[in-house]
Amino acid sequence: MLVQAFAFYLFAGILVLSALMVITARNPVHSVLFLILGFFNSSGLFVLLGAEFIGMIMVIVYVGAVAVLFLFVVMMLDIDFANLRQGAMQYVPVGIIIGGILLFELVALYTSWHFAPDIAGNLDVPDSGFAEVTNTEALGLVLYTKYVAAFQLAGLILFVAMVGAIVLTHRVRPGVRRQKVSVQQARSPDDVLEIVKVAPKTGV
Amino acid sequence: MNDFDIVPLVPEIFMAMMGMGFLLVGVLQGNRATSVLIWASCVMLFITAVLTMNFDWDRPPTMNAMFILDEFAGSMKLIILLGLIASLALSNEYLQQERIARFEYPVIMIFAGIGMMLMVSATNMLSLYMALELQSLSLYVLAAFYRNSLKSAEAASKYFILGALSSGMLLFGISLIYGYSGSIDFATIKTSISGLEQIPPGFIVGMVFLLAGLAFKISAVPFHMWTPDVYQGAPSSVTAFFAIVPKVAAMGLLMRLCLDVFEPATEQWQQILYFLAVASLIVGSFAAIAQDNLKRLMAYSSIGNMGYILIGLVVASPEGAGAVLYFLLIYVFMTAGVFAIILTMRRDGLATVSIGDLAGLSQNNPILAYAMAILMFSLSGIPPLAGFFGKLFIFRAAIEQEFYILAVIGLLASVVAAYYYLRIVKVMFFDEPADKFDNIMGFERRAVLLISTAFVIGYIFAPSLVFDFAMSAVSSLFL
Repeated sequence: MLVQAFAFYLFAGILVLSALMVITARNPVHSVLFLILGFFNSSGLFVLLGAEFIGMIMVIVYVGAVAVLFLFVVMMLDIDFANLRQGAMQYVPVGIIIGGILLFELVALYTSWHFAPDIAGNLDVPDSGFAEVTNTEALGLVLYTKYVAAFQLAGLILFVAMVGAIVLTHRVRPGVRRQKVSVQQARSPDDVLEIVKVAPKTGV
Repeated sequence: MNDFDIVPLVPEIFMAMMGMGFLLVGVLQGNRATSVLIWASCVMLFITAVLTMNFDWDRPPTMNAMFILDEFAGSMKLIILLGLIASLALSNEYLQQERIARFEYPVIMIFAGIGMMLMVSATNMLSLYMALELQSLSLYVLAAFYRNSLKSAEAASKYFILGALSSGMLLFGISLIYGYSGSIDFATIKTSISGLEQIPPGFIVGMVFLLAGLAFKISAVPFHMWTPDVYQGAPSSVTAFFAIVPKVAAMGLLMRLCLDVFEPATEQWQQILYFLAVASLIVGSFAAIAQDNLKRLMAYSSIGNMGYILIGLVVASPEGAGAVLYFLLIYVFMTAGVFAIILTMRRDGLATVSIGDLAGLSQNNPILAYAMAILMFSLSGIPPLAGFFGKLFIFRAAIEQEFYILAVIGLLASVVAAYYYLRIVKVMFFDEPADKFDNIMGFERRAVLLISTAFVIGYIFAPSLVFDFAMSAVSSLFL
């Protein structure tokens, strides 16, 4: 128990600190690296909760793909972040006031929270019955059965995203020489090669 | 899962298959196939409408209670399909003229249509969100379709950022509702709050966030800031689409949530929607006065019209809900007609959208001018045109339920709105003629304009037809 509490405070503390560093670091590359640190710590928190699948997905998707993408963008595009951030400080007081109000409201809400009386019976996927299987197995048991419609719909959304990305970025440029495999393969040596016998010391 | 019954989803599955097929045709044939694909999509959507009509509209929820095909969903789907066909038909010629005819256009529109059709039949927060995102994502792409225009890119990025924000609010609201009730299923959520003396504050906050997210989608004030910019920046044919269809779907979603799921919390959501309705009416009518751009004007006009529609929803009676559906249908017809004219406004091959360009249209092109005048009279609610009846039933429903102040505000707003609608008529008929338009008007646009004007005028001869359709549609929300 003590180990768990220690691990929680370790992960949570580093997470909050690194989140703070993401928005305060001067160098954008440092920001992204702190972001990655934050992702790792939050995945540690998920593992502590017993949600190991989400924890691993967190590392694979956010660290492996999203953060690395950020890093590439930051390094490839020469964006002057210091310049972008100029003048942002004048919004800090307003931001703190609004954030404070929101925080106060949410704290008030959560401290007075109560659940529906029959909440245990309402759960779409009952809590029991998954004790002996792993997270991944439990997700697999419902993802392709109960939630197959939503799963297919997610596929459609990704499809639209793909088509949309191509529509918005793909341009047909004139004069681009493309590789034509069929033409390449249809070439025969007889058409394009000429073998010339050159006698020594005569030249062609 | 015992309710694995894909029959109610067959229209959407058919649309998805055909959409992918069209994409394949486009990839093989290139952009010259665009025109053919748009025609094919219109035919396909018509077949989908016939399919939808042929199913029994009285089914229990299906696919783990994710979707339902009831009277309401079926009727809303028909209206959505009608709007989709109209906006596709309007697009064809415009895309060619602007040289942005890419074959993905009809395909993305079809996928937006699938999202909208699923939105109105969603009975689960998960399917609601997925359908909403499918729709929104397609709309963001369409807004940016005019790639070489800076305005279009600006419109799309504004729409995308604010849309993502609203989706965030929606999800936060859903999470609070789930936190209270322990379920994302509509029926379970409803039972978890019914019979309570007091709706718990956590649930109300969740509902507020959810409604705020949806208010963005129907561009109700104060969540309307994106509308004029997006309407102005997007290609006109896309603006027509934005004005005609997505509002219908988002309104359908809002109606199902408010009148069915949140029915035990009626008093609470009424306050929110009351405010949204009044603010939309006021902003929609006053802000439009200063507009010179017809597309921006139509944006404010749609905000104002959402105000009227919200009145019908606030009264929370079957008559009010029927009036909402009725108004939506008439609105679809009127807006399609107006955009058929806006898309025809081209001078020397370039599109013009300012009101001043319409000057003296009655002399240059009397038919177009009279059609526009009829549509404007109808939008401002002058009897005996269709728009008048839409407002009449909304106000009647409000007065029946003793929402007198709301009805009076609505009436005053429609007086103010009459000014800017009639100003267009004045400019067309009494101002010095400007240069002539190119007067190129293809078959599709003529057909849309003819049908819409005929509907607006001829509506008076068979009013009960539309009214019965609307009333039977909402009957499934009040069981």
